[in-house]
Amino acid sequence: MTSPLQQKIKITGPSIVTANRTWDGAVIYRTAAHGWSIDLAHAAVVRTADEARALLAESVADDVGAVGPYIAPVELKESGRIEPGNLREHIRLQGVTIELPVPA
Amino acid sequence: MYTYDELDRTLINERVEEFRDQVKRRLSGELTEDEFKMLRLQNGVYLQLHAYMFRVAIPYGTLSSAQLRRFAHVARRYDRGYGHFTTRQNIQFNWIKLAELPDALADLAEVGIHAMQTSGNNTRNVTSDQWAGVAPGEIEDPRIWSELLRQYTTLHPEFSFLPRKFKFAITASAHDRAAIKVHDIGLRLHKNEAGETGFEVLVGGGLGRTPFIGKTIKPFVHGHDLLSYVEAILRVYNQYGRRDNIYKARIKILVHELGIEKFAAEVEDEWQQMRGSALTVDDAVIEDIRSRFTYPAYEKLPHMPEELKKAAHDPQFERWRKNSTFTHKVQGYAIVTLSLKPVGGPPGDATAAQMDAVADLADKYSFGEIRVGHEQNLALPHVARRDLPALWKALDAIGLATPNVNLVSDIIACPGLDYCSLANARSIPIAQELTRRFANHDTAELIGRLHINISGCINACGHHHVGHIGILGVEKNGEEFYQITIGGRADEDAEVGTLIGPAVPYGDVADVIEDIVEAYLALRERPDELFVDAVKRLGVEPFRERVYATR
Repeated sequence: MTSPLQQKIKITGPSIVTANRTWDGAVIYRTAAHGWSIDLAHAAVVRTADEARALLAESVADDVGAVGPYIAPVELKESGRIEPGNLREHIRLQGVTIELPVPA
Repeated sequence: MYTYDELDRTLINERVEEFRDQVKRRLSGELTEDEFKMLRLQNGVYLQLHAYMFRVAIPYGTLSSAQLRRFAHVARRYDRGYGHFTTRQNIQFNWIKLAELPDALADLAEVGIHAMQTSGNNTRNVTSDQWAGVAPGEIEDPRIWSELLRQYTTLHPEFSFLPRKFKFAITASAHDRAAIKVHDIGLRLHKNEAGETGFEVLVGGGLGRTPFIGKTIKPFVHGHDLLSYVEAILRVYNQYGRRDNIYKARIKILVHELGIEKFAAEVEDEWQQMRGSALTVDDAVIEDIRSRFTYPAYEKLPHMPEELKKAAHDPQFERWRKNSTFTHKVQGYAIVTLSLKPVGGPPGDATAAQMDAVADLADKYSFGEIRVGHEQNLALPHVARRDLPALWKALDAIGLATPNVNLVSDIIACPGLDYCSLANARSIPIAQELTRRFANHDTAELIGRLHINISGCINACGHHHVGHIGILGVEKNGEEFYQITIGGRADEDAEVGTLIGPAVPYGDVADVIEDIVEAYLALRERPDELFVDAVKRLGVEPFRERVYATR
């Protein structure tokens, strides 16, 4: 399997690195403090391929804490809020778009 | 029900402890994700969008009430209070934590349930007709042979690292409820001219990116030779199957590229070298397996008991009875399908409370036995007809008496982009909207049998290729679009559906399906001409015209 670091990195706008937490699979985001957060607001935002590669490299290095890190697009609102850049990431952040059979 | 012997119980328990150790080593960092991934997949553990997903096998779709209660327990204790029944007689839990998985597995092992080979490039859960053993006219109970194959394929060292996953399905009835023609190996039990029981063997069926209907490789293989013949197929596949390209690795591609005659000749050569060897199945082996299946002590009951005559005055009961109960091989009994397709609900989901309640009803009315079908519904296989009115009331109270079995709102759907990391588009909200559009039972009955299948990506877990109407989610420039096919079917006359035109956006899908159904109602020759038969007669053009004329 090709390592994410061996793949060509191409970004077209602000991006973050996201993964799933190893022990429970929760969605997590790489922070500027070289850790992980479940809050997208804490994600480190990169704007160039080199920055993205570096952020991904340190994320991949943390194989114990996170599974399958990858670069995902985000939108930066005027307020500074970070929002997911596509439907998949919206669903990962906000949960399923349907009502669960048993309310949480 | 099949009773596991000491060997089975030991194997399952040892597997739990092995996996517990693997998880511990993964969480401590001793195993990398690359090292661990294959191990977790072989125990049915995927990583999805929000969490790990845990897929548990229900061999040949047969469950005891104790096993179903244990699913409820796992759903409640380790997940979010519900489970999802799949198109291959498995149940999936969508929110499970890796750290708690060994405990969940141990709890399941106590009732003889495991997750071995529910993922990975090996032989998967052997599936069968959910009416096995109770369907009228059946050659014999196909679960005997399913169980033989389960034992043979479980942890088989030679076939644990195949080029790609490998799926068996078995039926013993003329009407195929197990979709054998879209499996890697499909087996149809029948008798030859000498009255001996054997199998028509089909090979190379499958859906996914490149759908194929299975081809008959041998019209009759005697039961004694089943394992050696199947092993010959697996050996040829293991040797020649593509390992360089995941999209070309399934046996269907090999069969297609070699041609069925050449593939059959390769298998025959291989088979002749091992035929009559230790793989020959003795009658004693089959009898031993047969003896481990317990069958109910049926009573002698009238076909039309007083309770049923009285309840026939209730139109709601009658609607459900006509829709959801089916002829049993024993007079006075019925097979009852429990629809997991409520209006507005996610197809195939059941809450822990529903699972517990169904387990109780199985104990009360079905000799403690439950079945799971590939259509993502449950069944109670041994219900006395006198008990149908009471059972209906109990099912209605827990939301499992929707009279839509085999009708337009009995939709098969994969989890789609709401859960799945492979999906390009959502499936469940499309299904929910369609069930609302077709919620009127009179309309659904007027339409008649119509299977809608939805997949959120080309991997086709919702079997869209063989839906009478198939809906495939694709992504175009970041938006969800859906391709529509019509004329597919998964039964003994299996066919792959035909695309009717360009993909339509998310918001248009339900309108398009309504247009197709309206066109069918206007074009059918008679009220009992099924949708799929009308498409066969007319082709896709009239439906295409109806859908795209104004779009």
